[in-house]
Amino acid sequence: MKTFSKGGVHPDENKLSASSAIREAGLPKQAVFSMFQHIGAPAKPVVAKGDEVKVGTLLAEAGGFVSAPVYSSVSGKVSKIDHVLDASGTCRQAVIVDVEGDEWEESIDRSPALVRMEDRPELDAPAIVQKVKEAGIVGMGGATFPCHVKLTPPPGCKAEYVIINAVECEPYLTADHRLMLEHPDEILVGVQLIMKAVGVSKAFIGIERNKPDAIRLMTERAQAIDSRIKVMPLQMKYPQGGEKQLIEAVIGREVPAPPAIPINVGAVVQNVGTAFAIYQAVMKNKPLIDRVITVTGKQLARPSNLLARLGTPFSQLIDECGGLPENTGKVIGGGPMMGKALLSLDVPMTKGSSGLLLMTKEEARRAEPQACIRCAKCVSVCPMGLEPYLLAKLSGKADWEGAEKNDITSCLECGCCQFTCPSHRPLLDHMRVGKSTVMGIIRARNAR
Amino acid sequence: MNPILLAIVILGAIALASALVLYVASRRFAVKVDERIDRVAEVLPQANCGGCGFPGCSAFAEACVKAADGGSLEGRLCPVGGQPVMDKVAGILGMQAGAAVARVAVVRCNGTCEARPRVAEFDGVQSCRVQQMTGRGETGCVYGCLGCGDCVAACRFGAIRMNPATGLPEVDEDKCTACGACVKACPRGIIELRPKGPKGRRMVVLCNSKDKGAVARKACANACIGCGKCVKVCDKFVAITLENSLAYIDPEKCKLCRKCEEACPTGAIHSFNFPVKPIKKEE
Amino acid sequence: MSKFIISLSPHVHGGDSVEKNMYGVCVALVPALLAGLYFFGLGAAIVLTTSVVSCVAFEFLISKYILGRDGRSVTDGSAILTGLLLGFNLPSNLPLWLIVLGALVAIGVGKMTFGGLGQNPFNPALVGRVFLLISFPVQMTSWPVAGQLTSYLDAQTAATPLGLASQGRLDNLPDATDLLLGNMGGSLGEVSALALLLGCAWLLWKRIITWHIPVSILGTVAVLSGLLYVADPSTYMNPLTVLTTGGLMLGACFMATDYVTSPMTPRGQVIYGVMIGIITLVIRNWGAYPEGMSFAILIMNAFTPLINTYCKPRRFGTKK
Repeated sequence: MKTFSKGGVHPDENKLSASSAIREAGLPKQAVFSMFQHIGAPAKPVVAKGDEVKVGTLLAEAGGFVSAPVYSSVSGKVSKIDHVLDASGTCRQAVIVDVEGDEWEESIDRSPALVRMEDRPELDAPAIVQKVKEAGIVGMGGATFPCHVKLTPPPGCKAEYVIINAVECEPYLTADHRLMLEHPDEILVGVQLIMKAVGVSKAFIGIERNKPDAIRLMTERAQAIDSRIKVMPLQMKYPQGGEKQLIEAVIGREVPAPPAIPINVGAVVQNVGTAFAIYQAVMKNKPLIDRVITVTGKQLARPSNLLARLGTPFSQLIDECGGLPENTGKVIGGGPMMGKALLSLDVPMTKGSSGLLLMTKEEARRAEPQACIRCAKCVSVCPMGLEPYLLAKLSGKADWEGAEKNDITSCLECGCCQFTCPSHRPLLDHMRVGKSTVMGIIRARNAR
Repeated sequence: MNPILLAIVILGAIALASALVLYVASRRFAVKVDERIDRVAEVLPQANCGGCGFPGCSAFAEACVKAADGGSLEGRLCPVGGQPVMDKVAGILGMQAGAAVARVAVVRCNGTCEARPRVAEFDGVQSCRVQQMTGRGETGCVYGCLGCGDCVAACRFGAIRMNPATGLPEVDEDKCTACGACVKACPRGIIELRPKGPKGRRMVVLCNSKDKGAVARKACANACIGCGKCVKVCDKFVAITLENSLAYIDPEKCKLCRKCEEACPTGAIHSFNFPVKPIKKEE
Repeated sequence: MSKFIISLSPHVHGGDSVEKNMYGVCVALVPALLAGLYFFGLGAAIVLTTSVVSCVAFEFLISKYILGRDGRSVTDGSAILTGLLLGFNLPSNLPLWLIVLGALVAIGVGKMTFGGLGQNPFNPALVGRVFLLISFPVQMTSWPVAGQLTSYLDAQTAATPLGLASQGRLDNLPDATDLLLGNMGGSLGEVSALALLLGCAWLLWKRIITWHIPVSILGTVAVLSGLLYVADPSTYMNPLTVLTTGGLMLGACFMATDYVTSPMTPRGQVIYGVMIGIITLVIRNWGAYPEGMSFAILIMNAFTPLINTYCKPRRFGTKK
């Protein structure tokens, strides 16, 4: 069974919510739509205080090519446009809507019927990309890179494969797993749409083998719907969901260091959730207004997968899963390996919210760091072939030149090094400082 | 032949040949150095602190010579040596030194432990830059001091230390050379180099929060809430501007009347080094 | 609401620890320890106990009273490990004061001078051992004959197989079974090749070490000594004897693989291992000492920073 070749770790899976079917979360009283739900330029609000909005009404338009519009996921009245705390931990511009009823824009097809490619023969690549762009779809795995950009290969690059990331290698998260079990056909049509958009005839869906039911079901449905789509079971190893690692695992090609991107080796990678969103956008005319999020934690009463409207506060999602446990010490937006610790629960869900993980105080606290014993385990687990011990040391000494020379900018921030360090050293804390400083130095140099 | 003599002759010959090679090489490959650079470097403190913004005293000397050739020494200042040293440098280069204003680093945050409660607990490398990456940090203020002491670590003159009671860094005015290392080290841009003022007296808004009044106030009792009272009392000198809910006192215009300090409802405006004679009883 | 903890990812840890690794190696030394006790009895017990106790004591005293730390570092297991390894490298009839002196040099000079665990450029146990070997060559090279279970200082001594070999007496060597089990003279922990290999297998299984260093050392020695043996069987020992005698097995599995002093990348580790193998054979066959493992490891320890500088792992996305 295939996997990527360099490094990697295998954290405890803790997929507590794997068997819990996707449930629709209730409507919030107030929904908060951040203008920063994607990488790139922030969206620009097009509504004003007091405007009536419906589900699917455009709230903000894209702020540039690498940007995405934001749609209302609720109906009601715009209460204000203000700076509020979001999942990034800073206060940023957002449109706040007071919810009244649940009225949808009429253009959205809410019927559950599957629309196949054959039903829409008029769709061509530009039309699909345009629709994806209009719907505000971003990478749903957590990177939140505007999707239409990836579907528009730069001149001179030819895509050969579409690779669907259904690896879900982060512990605890099960949103993609459940989505595959419950909406395989929609996902597969979404994959067909991606294939058409980038003009390729081969697609792989990479699924780790800890989801045998999903592998079985997807394989079976893929044969029925489109035999050009192949399901590829993969060994379990983190960070297989990393774009570069997944490409290597599936087609055996390594994406060179930046500025090279996956398309340079002929691959277009999309998350399985993104494929589903693309299906909904193109076939059902439904912009990105909701997503599946895993709400989980060892102490949580009912770890669940919720289909929640964007803009719903996390506190409400936790209440729907049994309420915040007494001894919660840390709340993480995303998975435990790459997720972001949240400052507060009054933070709205965004397009990139794949999970919400509650950790107890004991689980949350880091152990006291000890001296580096130079065991080289960080070197052996680094999927990028870096030397984390060295990079952390160089960053700590502010030797930016040395850090750059040792390729600190290639760091994925996957956390394997820190996860594995027997001395519990905060390697990635140091490396992040180094990476951002070196990136700044490089940008300044290029600007000159 | 006497072996001792032979050895002397051979070694002498080798020495002579080597000396010739060295002589030729030193002539051929001599690097032309502007002698003024050495002379300027001689009067510099040789602390190599980098406070001037150059990698060391000799680099600064070189920059001064270049600047002098360009016609002006404006903006070149050795913060350690101060005006006397710059006068000497100017003398060597036959220039007039720009009048340098003595400056000092000011930490524009008064979010003490008491005034600004911790709403989260940071667990990680004790570095402001790392804490900054978590977002808002331990307190409710996005703009305030993170308290991990990156500025303390950056200061090469031991002029900044953390006050454990307030959780804020304090600048020792006598030791501070205004080199600006702390300014660069602070990820939130809280530290500002301000003119020391006459007898060290100066007025500063000790807050960096651009949040709206209510938000800022909720996070920190000492925050500037952008009420504009100080701007009003300063109508005569127009030294105070209000932007993004944050007052700023222009040191050039400030006449040190201290009216703004009285007017400030949150105590965000501070006076430094005035005689201890409170005009009004402070709570 | 209580305060949440905020920190950067990752938020979970694999659960590995310094203690697990150090005590893991200690456990791996148990078979060889039992073998040592079986062959050298009381003497082995006394030497080992003294060595471990004095290493731990010196670690504690130095870190607490000279370095001004809290002294908690004794519990991380590294001092115990150094003590065990030092003891393994000593003859079982060594006087107590020499062992204590060796421990002082190992911990004091070899480790704490540089700042303690993780900072030392040379393997502390070997620093102690080589110090004793050079300073007290007579005591350090009078090896008790195996099987004297109740004797300590009064044990009868005889030449080791390597000692015999260096005198050109290849006819009198132990047979293969004795070589593998360790029924011969030597340092108390190095004699039993089988027990050491068992421990090494445990280390590999527990992923405390990787195969690169032991395999490259043993492989190099096997190949080169094989070539020498084929070239001239009357002067050179056969590869099996070379591999099972002296400190080779102990060094390859436990001393050269020391985390702190070995290279960080697989490629670097192979270079390091091959060089240790070559230097060992050179010293054994053509040097003044009958055994060269300790010297070879220490020499390569010195090259470790250089190897680390030049042997980078292959970065992802660059040519294979």
